[in-house]
Amino acid sequence: MNVADSSPAPAMNNLLASNADSQRTLYPYVTGTSVVGIKYKDGILLAADMGGSYGSTLRYKTVERLKSVGKHSIIGASGEISDFQEIMRYLDELILYDNMWDDGNSLGPKEVHNYLTRVMYNRRNKFNPLWNSLVLGGVKNGQKYLGTVNMIGVHYEDDHVATGFGNHLARPILRDEWHENLTFEEGVKLLEKCMRVLLYRDRSAVNKLQIARITQDGVKVFPPYSLKTFWNFNAFQNPTVGAEGSW
Amino acid sequence: MFRNQYDTDVTTWSPAGRLFQVEYAMEAVKQGSAAIGLRSKTHVVLASVNKASSELSSYQKKIFKVDDHIGVAIAGLTADGRVLSRYMRNECINYSYTYESPLPVGRLVVQLADKAQVCTQRSWKRPYGVGLLVGGLDESGAHLYYNCPSGNYFEYQAFAIGSRSQAAKTYLERKFEGFMDSSRENLIKDALFALRETLQGEKLTSAICTIAVLGVGEAFHILDQETVQGLINEFEVVGEEPPAPADEPAAPDQAGDAEPSPAPADQGPPADQGIAPMDI
Repeated sequence: MNVADSSPAPAMNNLLASNADSQRTLYPYVTGTSVVGIKYKDGILLAADMGGSYGSTLRYKTVERLKSVGKHSIIGASGEISDFQEIMRYLDELILYDNMWDDGNSLGPKEVHNYLTRVMYNRRNKFNPLWNSLVLGGVKNGQKYLGTVNMIGVHYEDDHVATGFGNHLARPILRDEWHENLTFEEGVKLLEKCMRVLLYRDRSAVNKLQIARITQDGVKVFPPYSLKTFWNFNAFQNPTVGAEGSW
Repeated sequence: MFRNQYDTDVTTWSPAGRLFQVEYAMEAVKQGSAAIGLRSKTHVVLASVNKASSELSSYQKKIFKVDDHIGVAIAGLTADGRVLSRYMRNECINYSYTYESPLPVGRLVVQLADKAQVCTQRSWKRPYGVGLLVGGLDESGAHLYYNCPSGNYFEYQAFAIGSRSQAAKTYLERKFEGFMDSSRENLIKDALFALRETLQGEKLTSAICTIAVLGVGEAFHILDQETVQGLINEFEVVGEEPPAPADEPAAPDQAGDAEPSPAPADQGPPADQGIAPMDI
């Protein structure tokens, strides 16, 4: 760049100008929909579909929203995908630093969940939230853990959790049908039932889902697959019948 | 004219490759009254000798609780020891705020050692004049570390620092092989006997010592004076020319009262039960 070309910087970029644009997430751009998680006999199962919506447009079809976090934890995310990618950068660094001690101590799911809660709440206090609802599951020392935290830092643990629409459509099913001694097969069946209901009634859901499992023996994220659907129910054929005021 | 031209500055090397100021700081640890630490698989016991600096003053506290799962015993400059204890407390609190779990002991000790090391490499600072015995419990078990002013740290089965600590070390070296499987009571007993070794002709009483315990299901706590005196009496840790320190001096044949009740008075704190129930 020629020195002669350089003109005085515009006032906005001046260090003295305090009203420089600040960048915050005011609304999400590319989002993933519900995540559902359950405890089962040997550990934790999470399920999420692979859609990425650009507003209401189903823009991406192969977004991985279930990831492992170190040896003892898995995470599932709904909400802004780019914010989830940032969260994964935080977590990968956290786990790397933890491993570098190489001292026989390691962060378990409880620790990771608490860390995320602090991060989420801290960001919301800066009025710059990470626009996600997260599910965190794991097993450490034979102890199962399943919890959730959202973009404003609300967090809790439960035997089964869900984010977004899953709270309304999946959890009622889980409350009826979940029990402590679910086998892996029964657990997957139950999750598929939830995911099918979500697929039918949540317009953001796509028919390509992943299931992740964590047990004492380790993490496995299964390859994506589709659910069998049947759209010929009467209610689907003519959804406005009997719904007064709709068109 | 100058006795030693290489000792006016922490960062100045002597031609022999020594840092005199750092070595002087290490000497400060030896000036302080003795502190002792020992551990089993599940418990850590810290003990110290309380020495009043004058007839008119009381003694200074030498054992500090850092967190439910960590405690320290110090020898050297008490003021420096308190500063470092406060630092350690802060680190523990910050860790449990972020992760809702106790800070692993080994990590705290490394941070502490790094902090001490910085002082040996800055011309405008001085090394800490205190040695710390850090006892703690985490998911990898019970630990005892010694942190010194040079920034070095070591993990020990049992150790003693401070004045006349060599006598205690000799005692501990003779007995440490059994410590790993030792019971809580036996650890305390060995702590008292080791402590007695550091006293020169003085009688061991609860007035001149502090004992602290921590272990699985037992948060760090300092034993109260009556409890300590009770243990001293029970174990017959009299001092003052003990008739040849027989290896098993505490034959509890004290005829008198309540001999069979094995662990009287002190049985750990009722509070904090299950506060640090980390499995080993």
